[in-house]
Amino acid sequence: MGPAVVYREAQPDRPAAAAGTPAEEQARYEAACRQAEAELSQLAERADSQSREILSAHQLMLQDPELHGRVAQAIQAGQPAEEAVRAAVEQFAGMLEALDDQYLRERAADVRDVGRRLVAALSGRTVGIRLERPAVVIARDLAPTDTIGLERSLLLGFVTEQGGPTSHTSILARSWGIPAVVAAHGVLEAARDGMTVALDGDAGEVVLEPDAGTRQRYEAAIARARQQAERDRAEASLPGETPDGVRVELAGNAGSPAEVALAMAKGAEGVGLLRSEFLFMGRDTAPTEEEQYQAYAEALRNAQGKRVIIRTLDVGGDKDIPYLGLPKEQNPFLGVRALRLCFRRPELFRTQLRALLRASVHGRLAIMFPMVSGLDDLRRAKAALADVRRALEAEGHPVADYEVGIMVEIPSAALLAEHLAPEVDFFSIGTNDLVQYTLAVDRGNPELASMYQPCHPAVLRLIDRVVRAAHDHSKWVGVCGEMGGLPEGALLLLGLGVDELSMAPALLPRIRRLVRATPFAKARAVAERSLALGTPEEVLTLVEPLLRRGE
Amino acid sequence: MVERTFTLTNPTGLHARPAAIFVKEVQKFAGTEILVRKGEREVSARSLLSLLSLGIGQGETIVIRCEGPQEKEAMEALAALIEGGFGE
Repeated sequence: MGPAVVYREAQPDRPAAAAGTPAEEQARYEAACRQAEAELSQLAERADSQSREILSAHQLMLQDPELHGRVAQAIQAGQPAEEAVRAAVEQFAGMLEALDDQYLRERAADVRDVGRRLVAALSGRTVGIRLERPAVVIARDLAPTDTIGLERSLLLGFVTEQGGPTSHTSILARSWGIPAVVAAHGVLEAARDGMTVALDGDAGEVVLEPDAGTRQRYEAAIARARQQAERDRAEASLPGETPDGVRVELAGNAGSPAEVALAMAKGAEGVGLLRSEFLFMGRDTAPTEEEQYQAYAEALRNAQGKRVIIRTLDVGGDKDIPYLGLPKEQNPFLGVRALRLCFRRPELFRTQLRALLRASVHGRLAIMFPMVSGLDDLRRAKAALADVRRALEAEGHPVADYEVGIMVEIPSAALLAEHLAPEVDFFSIGTNDLVQYTLAVDRGNPELASMYQPCHPAVLRLIDRVVRAAHDHSKWVGVCGEMGGLPEGALLLLGLGVDELSMAPALLPRIRRLVRATPFAKARAVAERSLALGTPEEVLTLVEPLLRRGE
Repeated sequence: MVERTFTLTNPTGLHARPAAIFVKEVQKFAGTEILVRKGEREVSARSLLSLLSLGIGQGETIVIRCEGPQEKEAMEALAALIEGGFGE
């Protein structure tokens, strides 16, 4: 809750100010170009490397002779500079949008962003939000260049008219831990600067000028959230241990080195899954060995001596990376993804493995291979790793101790776990894919949402098999899928004997309390009885009393 | 005037980053006219937007034409970039 700052773009329907002579308009245009260039260089100084790349492309667009030519022509024909810029930008954006290549089509947004900056400069304004005191930012939609340089400590929340769960605003809000409501239709028209705004990101609620009752409700909710946060902080250092003394390591999942630090702040006892895809997404070329090495080393350092399981590249399936030029597949989830892709691109795989082993000296590294379907995949991946290690040592690079494990997400790997166990240091069960492959349910298909059941007895039987096989060979088993962060899932996994649960860091406090309140013997009994049941509903009914007790 | 045909072998073709590298190289040859043709369309190699709008993907063929005092040097520099896969 706080005062609004309403961010309005250049009004597209602003009546064309009486155009000056073509010479005057041309001079205004050239001054605007200089101002826009200055803004971009200023932003670049504060930007991270990824934003800098965007800004540098914008700078080149701003210097584009064809753009200048078209604008000058329209000005000569008597148009005001604003109109001339808009028309030229739309011509280029339209050309890009007509291309087959999705990546190039998306560059239309960059051209428009440059155009917006120019039009703003023409009327003496700047693009981008500046906050002077704590505020809720309300806007149509936010582009990366709007939020570069935004003062995070003054930002209370975002509300946007447009956007969805994967829009820039949503992603930024999640990574900053700031409430946001997107697709709030009509908010831009209703809101004024300085109005009090109450927003609840979880409920998707925005209230402008809340009445006394609503204010009270929000103030109470904010106070509760503060108390909860304090309690979570106080409990963060407690270990995952049941009242009868069984330890289960509670770890965090992370998508970047910064998120490793975030997981540690939430009391994670390690990182059970660091997805290496962050290095490969949102760029035009594959990251170099050096870039990867720096990022892995940073992640390991951020974990302060605790174990970090880094998963090798898992793309294909639903995650496309344009520069890899992956062919379109009929059935991408059953196609060339993850390890299968790495085997076909040995150079890509080798570069990542070299970077990982070089980083091993910076902390406690565990390497995990995704999409292992059986012994052959595991042996091939381990052979590649052994080659890389020999090469590095021959070059004089030090390599420290590390663990090697696999993600168990294909039913065949779960069924053959006793053969795989002797050749790994650990298993980590990727329940998201294991559930989808076992039940043949696409987890992204809303039609089938009710059939996607992590607590399905068929899934539990596979997990039970994996845990037994691992423990028979004195290996440990973790779970890094979403099931570990669900209360009922965590209880069942605890009962099945899983040694580590890794989840989104925000879920750790709740699961930690649950584990610390649930005797292992009770969880064990429920899990064993669940294995004999026939439907997920029966399993959930059985877990329910234990869940209530634990919470 | 010099003219040469190239096939782009780098994984992304002329996407934003390779195209930006290309334009920056072209800017080094101020007095030389440099054009890029794909199919029927020919554009100035100094314009990032025009190059992007050609939609040049991996495996596609383009023709570069240079004319001016440094035409040979320019062609050699651009050939080195394309044949080196833009460092990808």
